[in-house]
Amino acid sequence: MKRGLEGPPPEERPTPAGRRNKQGIRIDPEIEATHDPRRTVISVLVEHEPGVLAEASGLFSRRQFNIESLTVGPTTADDRARITLVVEEPDPGIDQIKKQLRKLVPVISVRELASDAMRRELALVKVDAERPDQVAAVADMYDAKTVDSSPETATFEITGARQKIDAAIETFGQFGIREISRTGTTALARGTDETAGRDPATAVSSADAANQSHEYTQTPTDD
Amino acid sequence: MSERAASVTPTEEQHDDQTTTDADESGDDGAASSDAETTPTPVTTGAESVIRALENAGVEYAFGVQGGAIMPVYDALYDSDIYHITMAHEQGASHAADAYGIVSGEPGVCLATSGPGATNLVTGIADADMDSDPMIALTGQVPTEFVGNDAFQETDTIGVTTPVTKDNTFSTDPDRVGTDVSEAFALAGEGRPGPTLVDLPKDVTNGETDREPDGPRVPDTYEVQERADAEIVAAAAERVENAARPIMLLGGGVIKGEASEACRAFATEHEIPVVTTMPGIGSFPEDHELAMEMAGMHGTGFANMAVTHCDTMIAVGTRFDDRLTGGIETFAPDAEIIHVDIDPAEISKNIHADYPLVGDAATVVDQLGEAVDASPEAKKWRAQCQQWKSDYSMAYDAPEDEPVRPEFIVEALDEATSDRAVVTTGVGQHQMWACQYWTYTEPRTWVSSHGLGTMGYGLPAAIGARVAAADDQEVVCIDGDGSFLMTLQGLSVAVRENLDITVVVLNNEYIGMVRQWQDAFFEGRHSASDYGWMPEFDKLAEAFGAQGFRIDDYDDVADAVTEALAYDGPSVIDAHIDPQANVYPMVPSGGDNGQFALTEDQL
Repeated sequence: MKRGLEGPPPEERPTPAGRRNKQGIRIDPEIEATHDPRRTVISVLVEHEPGVLAEASGLFSRRQFNIESLTVGPTTADDRARITLVVEEPDPGIDQIKKQLRKLVPVISVRELASDAMRRELALVKVDAERPDQVAAVADMYDAKTVDSSPETATFEITGARQKIDAAIETFGQFGIREISRTGTTALARGTDETAGRDPATAVSSADAANQSHEYTQTPTDD
Repeated sequence: MSERAASVTPTEEQHDDQTTTDADESGDDGAASSDAETTPTPVTTGAESVIRALENAGVEYAFGVQGGAIMPVYDALYDSDIYHITMAHEQGASHAADAYGIVSGEPGVCLATSGPGATNLVTGIADADMDSDPMIALTGQVPTEFVGNDAFQETDTIGVTTPVTKDNTFSTDPDRVGTDVSEAFALAGEGRPGPTLVDLPKDVTNGETDREPDGPRVPDTYEVQERADAEIVAAAAERVENAARPIMLLGGGVIKGEASEACRAFATEHEIPVVTTMPGIGSFPEDHELAMEMAGMHGTGFANMAVTHCDTMIAVGTRFDDRLTGGIETFAPDAEIIHVDIDPAEISKNIHADYPLVGDAATVVDQLGEAVDASPEAKKWRAQCQQWKSDYSMAYDAPEDEPVRPEFIVEALDEATSDRAVVTTGVGQHQMWACQYWTYTEPRTWVSSHGLGTMGYGLPAAIGARVAAADDQEVVCIDGDGSFLMTLQGLSVAVRENLDITVVVLNNEYIGMVRQWQDAFFEGRHSASDYGWMPEFDKLAEAFGAQGFRIDDYDDVADAVTEALAYDGPSVIDAHIDPQANVYPMVPSGGDNGQFALTEDQL
């Protein structure tokens, strides 16, 4: 049954040798650049109005970006709030997160914090207190503050970088941990560098530039 | 786009207090609806303030359906010069407003009540969102004190529409509600257009206020970059000059950004072949020598060859949808990409941009035009493109003794109408034939559901398009039987308003695109795609009070087309086409554009 459309069939057509990777970047198939995910902190200054947190977090779930942690709190201005997000994504994903957040109308500024930014989280750890001396010694080691104690349990407050809290929890583990509650990371830029400021380049982001030169930023370590 | 924004904002400075109403009206820049001699009565309720905001923005038409929670707004509308078109279903209201926005360039307005009214609007809102069409939706809401109590006809409209709107607002204050609407209106059209929504609790619209709304103005946090970075423009220009195989890829943003002129000038000056996306249809005249027409899944073979083999692609206002790109790995694999877009988030989202040019399409293409000193030497490439155009020409066989080919009907309609005729479609095979076999030459004459792919879009869109189009522009809806059946209650509206629309139902008694895929990929198992129970659409049209026509064979085509177009009012042609007709060329989902199939056995 002839149906009119003619021309060489697929196998007789020339095909270019070039290829792109999943991020749409032209690649040399011999030395394909890798896009390892990296963990980073994004600080978002928003209008303090109902629904803004749902809008920001909805954007993440809709676009399948994974949030490691999210904290939100007021700022010095009554009508502004700061959302601090920790995400782990390859560079093009991080870049897309920033661009998508900037599109939201109540978002004032979006900034990825440098690797030397101050990052803190808080954990409450409730442990069995059968060996009070040893428990106290471990608490001392991690600068943990006692917030409650009973004959059976002791509860400590630990603040610090994520690794420190992980390490403290691991060490407390020997006594038997009953319960843990952790906050997400909150962060501020160091020195006079303003956390709320805009990222300098919006048209060509760091990821765009890195893509072009096939260089990818190292995963920064938390302080 | 900047001009549009400017045209609706000249009076914003005067809106600072309510005593300047007279000045506002006399300072109007000639919007058609205002009458400078009459002084509007001061607003007394939130609802009146909502309507005043629309009037200030120059709104002439609104599409909607009445209901409990939106009644105060409709009451205020009763005294307004805004012409309200009552739709038969809210989905029709949002599609009509969407199409109005596409054809006119100004945000279309739709209204619905709370709960089911609002949720019925959602498909049309999502459609406008995917296609970046300017639109504003106003929804009623239960009184504030009931919000959150699962009250009668309550829905969390803000929650439901957040993922499918550019922005939405829950109004809480009668003094502020008009300004909320003004802001939403401005935001819908500014920068990358999109739908905005204002949710209006009944106590807020019923509430007393003497506050005139502020003029249409986008919030301070919304900033749009108009001009691209000069350094990247210079680098991109150099790339264009050195290109051996350049193409321009024009997307829907070219039309929304009024950049057709600039793109045509650039392409013809430097003799660069032009491919469009589906939303970009009309941005470049398809009868021009440089036109390679539409690329992508059902694009022309020559467009897909050009996309696959180019070494430089100037992509304007496109988001590189998967229906265009096919598999990312094989999309323009040798091309350096110059990407012009007003939305920075589109840069390198799907396809990496080697030269990201963020800004207004018309402005940036002009910038690029100024920066390019010498046309690329691409004579051989242009000859190759012409060769492809003849190798892969869009042809079809139409033996007289077989059922009518749909392509023949589309071409017959095209020939019988002017270049400015507006085509709307539903979604499916008929939509693709309407893309492939109609020769589009002007922007804003192609109205379809691209990103969301909404069946049922065609008829309500034709209503919106008819209202926005000039009197001498014909409006033709090319629909499929399955698609038409989804929203044909809109015929009652077309009859009541006596809208001169010609609907052509390409009727194959199948949900044809699904059947085509089932034949190709599911061993011909026609699960739920056989629509053998279709009504006779010509008789159905007559039951609504429209004119009905029927095509059974080739002899019927010319008369039916002529008479339906001549009929002054809505007419429906029930065109019984070859039920086995399929859409080719075709790039299977995620496939290589250059490997498009011309027949089923090439899939």
